[in-house]
Amino acid sequence: MVTFQGVSKIYNSHSQALEDVTFKIGSGEFISIVGRSGAGKSTLVKMLIGEERPSKGRVFFGQYEVNKLKDRDLPALRRHVGIVFQDFRLLPTKNAYENVSFALEVAGRPQREIAELVPQVLDMVGLSEKLSHFPHQLSGGERQRVAIARALVHRPELIIADEPTGNLDPINTAEIIMLLKKINELGTTLILATHDREVVNSLDKRVVTLDRGRVVRDEERGKYILL
Amino acid sequence: MFTVISRIIHYGLKNFVRNGLLSTATVAIVTLSLIVFLGLILTNGATNGMIAFLEDKIDITVYFKTSTSEDDILSMKSSIEKLSEVRLVEYVSADKALELFRAKHEAENDQTIIQSLNELNVNPLEPSFNIKAYDPSEYAAIASYLEAPDLKGRISTVSYAKNQVVIDRLIGIIGGVNRAGLAATIILSVIAGLVVFNTIRLVIYSNRDEIGIMRAVGASNALVRGPYVIEGTIIGVLAAILSLFVVLLMFLLAPLVFSSGSYFDFSIPGFSLKDYFYGKLPALLAYQILLGVGITGISSFIAVRRYLKN
Repeated sequence: MVTFQGVSKIYNSHSQALEDVTFKIGSGEFISIVGRSGAGKSTLVKMLIGEERPSKGRVFFGQYEVNKLKDRDLPALRRHVGIVFQDFRLLPTKNAYENVSFALEVAGRPQREIAELVPQVLDMVGLSEKLSHFPHQLSGGERQRVAIARALVHRPELIIADEPTGNLDPINTAEIIMLLKKINELGTTLILATHDREVVNSLDKRVVTLDRGRVVRDEERGKYILL
Repeated sequence: MFTVISRIIHYGLKNFVRNGLLSTATVAIVTLSLIVFLGLILTNGATNGMIAFLEDKIDITVYFKTSTSEDDILSMKSSIEKLSEVRLVEYVSADKALELFRAKHEAENDQTIIQSLNELNVNPLEPSFNIKAYDPSEYAAIASYLEAPDLKGRISTVSYAKNQVVIDRLIGIIGGVNRAGLAATIILSVIAGLVVFNTIRLVIYSNRDEIGIMRAVGASNALVRGPYVIEGTIIGVLAAILSLFVVLLMFLLAPLVFSSGSYFDFSIPGFSLKDYFYGKLPALLAYQILLGVGITGISSFIAVRRYLKN
C-alpha cells in the first residue's frame, strides 16, 4: 500500500533529514516508525501526505505517486488518509461533534450522511456522552480521541499517528494505543511514529528504526532498541 | 458543487460572526479607509465645481468703437461664433449696456453717476461682445483672431490684454489643482489600500491554525479560501454602507455644530457639496461597495494564498 523507494531529503549541506530510505508497508499492517527526535520520523510522515517533497527517490501511496502530485491534487490524497497529531489540532471554536463533522464537510459529504456517521464514530472512541463539549472542556486523552474520531470518520485506508501519545500520561497513552489497535484490527493500515519505548515494546508489531535519517533496523514483531 | 458553495457561504458567515471583535475592528478600519476614498471623491467634486465656476468667470470682452454699425457688429458676431474654440458670444448693445449701468447705480443709489448720466444727451457706452471659450487655454487664440486687421479697426479695447496675467495665472492654478488632486488621490488610495490589506492579512494570520487543519483533513483550496473571500465581502459591504452613513451624518449634523450650515459647505460660489453628495448618493453607494468589496475580497484572496502551499 505504501512504498518508500530510495528516498532522501536534504534541507541544506549541513542537514540531511533522510538518506536512501526504502521499505514497503502492506495493506492492514500496524507499523511503528521509531527513533530519537530528529531521526527523520516526521519528515517521512510529511512526505506521505505531500507536505514535504523528497530531494531524491519516490513515495507511493495506493494509486498515487505522492512526490509527483501537484499542490491542487493533494486534498484528494489527504482524504484517503487520516492523520493524528501530537498536539491534537482540534479547532478550539468547534465542539467535539463539529470537529469530527468538519472532516466530512470538507470532503463534500451530504448532511444526512454526516448526521449519521459522526455519532457512530464518537461512540466508537468512547465519547458519545461528550458530543457538545468544546476542546477546552475535554482532557488530553479525550481530545486525542476526538482527533482519532476525526481521522477515522471518512473511513481512510491509512491512518498516520505522529507521536499521538507525546502529550499524554501513561494511562491515557495505554487507552489511545488500545484504540489504535482496535482500529487496525477492523482493517485500517496504521503508521505510528513515536519515540515512546514502552508503547512500541507492548505492541509486539513491526518496527522500523530510523537513526540519523537511515533505516537501521526493520523487524516483524520488533522492539525499540537504540544502538 | 451546490454543497460546496453553500458550505463556503456558511463557513464565511460563521467566521464573521465567531470572530466578532476582530470582524468589528476590521469593518471599522475598512470604513475609515472608505471614508478617505469618499472624501477624495467629494474633494474632487468640489474642485471640479470650483474650477467650473472659475472657468465660467474667465472671458474676453471686446468693446467696439461707438461708430461701428449694428450690422457690422452682428456679422462679426456670426464670424466669431464660427470659431471652433468659441462656446458663446453674447452681444451687449450700447443701449443695453446703458440700461445695465443705470440699473446698477440706481440700485446702489449713486446719485452723482445718475445725475451725470442724465446731463449727457448721448450714450457714452460702447457696444461689446462677451466671448466664452470651451477651454480657458484657448483665449489666447481667440484674442489673436481679434487682432486681424479687418476687425481691429472697429475694436476699441479687448479685455484679454488687460486680464492676460490674471487669466494665465488662473489657468496655472486650475492645472495645478488638478494635478495635486490626482497625486493626492493616488497616494491616499495606495495607503488606504495597504492598511486594509494588512488588516485582512492579520485576520487570516490569526486563523492560520484552522487553515492548517482544514488542509490536513483534505479540504480543497476553494473550500479553504472561499470562506475568507466571503468574510471579506461581508466586511466590504458593511464598511461601504457605514462609510456613507457616517458622511451623511456629518452633513446632517454640520448645521447644528457650526452656526451656519454653509460653513461646512466650503462656501464655494455656485457649488454646494451637500447637493452634490445627495444627488450622487446611489452612485456613491455603488462605488463604495465596489471599492470595499474589491479591496477586501482581493486582499483575502491574496492573503490566504501563502497558507495554501503544501
